[in-house]
Parts: sequence; structure tokens; C-alpha cells
Amino acid sequence: MSVTLRVNPIACVGHGMCAELLPELIQLDPWGYPILASPTVPRPLADHARRAVQACPVLALLIEEAAGKHR
Amino acid sequence: MTTLAQSPSRSTSPAVRLPRLLAGIGEQPADLRWHERQHGPMPMLRRAERLIDVVEASGLTGRGGAGFPAGRKMRSVVAGPGSKVVVANGAEGEPASLKDRLLLSRLPHLVLDGMTLAAEAIGASEAYLCVHGIEEGLLDHLEYAMQERRAAGLDLVPIQVTGIPGRYVSSEQSAIVQFLNGGPGKPTFSPPRPHERGVKGNPTLVHNVETLAHLALIARHGDRWFRGTGSPSAPGSMLVTISGAVARPGVYEIEMGTPVGQLVMLAGGPFEPLQALLVGGYFGAWLPVRAAWPVPMTHASLKAAGGALGAGIVIALPASACPIAETARVVRYLAEENAGQCGPCVFGLPALADALGDLAYCGSRNGTVDRVATLLPLIERRGACRHPDGATQLVRSLLRAFPADAHWHERTGSCDGVGRSPLLPLPRDEDREGDFR
Repeated sequence: MSVTLRVNPIACVGHGMCAELLPELIQLDPWGYPILASPTVPRPLADHARRAVQACPVLALLIEEAAGKHR
Repeated sequence: MTTLAQSPSRSTSPAVRLPRLLAGIGEQPADLRWHERQHGPMPMLRRAERLIDVVEASGLTGRGGAGFPAGRKMRSVVAGPGSKVVVANGAEGEPASLKDRLLLSRLPHLVLDGMTLAAEAIGASEAYLCVHGIEEGLLDHLEYAMQERRAAGLDLVPIQVTGIPGRYVSSEQSAIVQFLNGGPGKPTFSPPRPHERGVKGNPTLVHNVETLAHLALIARHGDRWFRGTGSPSAPGSMLVTISGAVARPGVYEIEMGTPVGQLVMLAGGPFEPLQALLVGGYFGAWLPVRAAWPVPMTHASLKAAGGALGAGIVIALPASACPIAETARVVRYLAEENAGQCGPCVFGLPALADALGDLAYCGSRNGTVDRVATLLPLIERRGACRHPDGATQLVRSLLRAFPADAHWHERTGSCDGVGRSPLLPLPRDEDREGDFR
């Protein structure tokens, strides 16, 4: 099971909720837009990542959960 | 800059016959009769899908800048479900490139042959030829060429000539697709990519017009003919646009792999001592003259040299010009041309343009070079399209090619070159458009 995150930069308007809920992986740039440290979410953070995805008011944070080794 | 179409008067190998695309080109648009006399009639494909194999075997790569294998792109469109669409991208967004405009205005039937043949090969039932809508003369003239083809029964696939917004990012392929679907001419978030879901939701083949012109000749003469020039890993010829401090700026057809320096000499050589070459246009890179001179014009070689082939643009920077001021102007232009969609591009590019402007004109502020360098990773790979990445690549190459100039500016302020009239071409304000629709 691998979990990856992606930002849709067109949808994102910089609410910053994701950085609030997942500071381990997401920081904000000087303009308030999220920077992902790495797209891969370590297993212990998977629940936090899902919560951050649900919290985005414009659904700009995307999560992909793939079973098995292939992404 | 005037558009002269020229090709090497003597080629490096006697077996190589150039020009191909530009053979016989004149000052006037070529009509259908001239075109058929020059190249022979458009071949009728008995097994149309075979053309994809031939294009793949030819090794033709996209001539719009990305250099993706043209045959493979066709195959990926064919693999998709439902009806297919062909889009010819003739909306030349790069201000320093003139080759697509030259092809469309003088040799439209090469492009239209290529579109028709590509559409037949992938089984497309409609095709769009996209140019900047602001160029009304070009649109009229393409309509005339379409009439000629209808009269001759060559309109096997309906081709719609479409004017798209003249914005820099509007010629990016997802922006064209969104525009043709009734939306703004702005890039979209991918996937899906146009070959998966494009015009009207159908798999869409987007090719640059030069790529299609080559395809028109490959369909006539075959893949081995195409490979008769260029190198095995980068076969064929390509159109390049050379400008700056050279005696005869213009569009030239060269063998793929021709060294950069030979190109400069082909354009009459420098009329002033040169300090650097901008290769690949505004998504390309500055290369010091000595480093750039022997590099073959191929995607792989230029990438290895820290540059990019892009759409085949070479600009010669004279020693009297200031590369930092020139780059600052271009980055300001690119910042203004952002689509207003992605935060890092909307805010990052103007910040980068400010920092570069300060470095070029104000100097004496410690840390200006650092300010520029710090912004780059905040912008790169953070947009939906590659617009911001093009700008950062250009600036990275500036800092790499001119470290001493950058630090001199930081300490001292503006140099003599700053006052020189701008060299890198940008569209005039009155030719620029604000709207995306």
C-alpha cells in the first residue's frame, strides 16, 4: 500500500489548511502555497494525509492510494 | 528582423540534400500547383495506419520544443477509445521564433498535407489548424489555401483554421485543447493529457506545424530518405531561427546535429564580438560562446551542455550587451504572460523579475544574487504547465554562464550594457493580447 500526495496548483488558492494538518510533509511558500517535501506519504502519516485532503476547501490536495508495489 | 529563408549553400556531405522543407521557397505564398510541382502530389494512403510505422521508423521528433517521438505520440492517440482529432499547433508563442509563421505563410500546403495524412493515419475525422487569431492576414491566407484544396478534392479530412489567443501560454497543448472546447486558452491540470482526453473529450494528436510538414515529406519519400540527413540518434532536418548580432538573421533549415557555431556562421557570422548564445529561446539557456560553439543541435547534446534545443532558436549576444538586463526583461515578459492560475507562477515570476531587475539596474544591494537564487526552487515544477520552469531554467543558466557579471552588478550597480537598446525580441505592446478567450 503506497500513498502519494499531489497538489492541483490551478485549484489551490492557498488556504493553507494542509500545512496546518500535515506540517511533517507540507510547508507553505512565501505566498502561502503548499510545498510538498516529497509526494510519498510514510505509512504513519497516512491518516493525517487523508485528513488534510478532506480539509482542503477547494479539493486541491489529491491523494492516490495504490495497492501493491506498483505505485 | 526580416525573415529570410536560407539553407546551407554547401552541405557537409554530398549525399545530403538540403533544403527539404524550404526547397524552392519564394517571397510569395506557394499555391497548390507550385507545391505539387515541387514535392509531387499528396500520396494517397492505401493502408493509412502503416504511415505510423513509417513515421516511427523515421525517428522524427516533435519540432515544437519538447522533442517527443512523433510516431509514438500518434500511436498513443490511436490506442485511445472513440473518434480521434488532429490539432496542428501553428501558434508560435516564442517571440524569437519565426519558423512556424514562415512555413504557414509561404508553404501552407506542406502543413495541410501533413495534417491530412496524420488524420488519415490515426483515423481522425476532424482537424484543427491553430494560429494566433490576431494575425488576420495569415488566417485569410490559410483559408485561401483550404479553398484551393477543396477545389482539388484534397479535403479528405475537414480542417478548421482556428485563431487562438496570442498569449504566450495559450499555445501550450492543453491550453489549445481547452480553448477548442470552449474554455479559456489556459493550460489545464494533467492528467488527462490531450492524447488521452482532448478536443470534445476525444484522444487528440497535437503536433507542431513543422513536425507535420516533415511528416508530409516522410509520407512521400519514406523513413530511410528522412534518415539520409542528421545523425542516427537525431535524424532529419530542422528549421531554426537565428537572431541577435549576426549579419543575416532569419530562418534556416539545417541538418539535426549541426554544431551551434556553424549555425552562427551560416547566418553570416557575428557582426560584433559575441559573449554568449541563447539557445532554445526563452525556455532555453545561456551558453558561453566557447562552450556552445561545438555543441550539436540535438536535444540530447544541448541538454548535456546545460541548454535545450527547444524550437530551434539561437540568439547571439554581443559583448556590448548586458545579459542580466536582457534576461530581466524577458523574465518580466514571462511573468506578465502567466495564465493567472497557479500561485507559485503568479507570485513567483514577478518576484523573480523584480529581483533580476534590481540586480541589473540597482545593484549595490548585498544579497541580490542570493535573492534570485533563493526564488528559483520556490517556483520550479510547481505549476500546472512548464511555463514557470522555462523561466527558472533561463535564470539558472544566466547565473551559471555569467557568475562574474552577476556579482559585479551586485557590488557596483548597472553596467554600460544596460543602456544599450534591447536585443532579445519581445512582442510590441500593441501586438499583445490580454484575453484568454
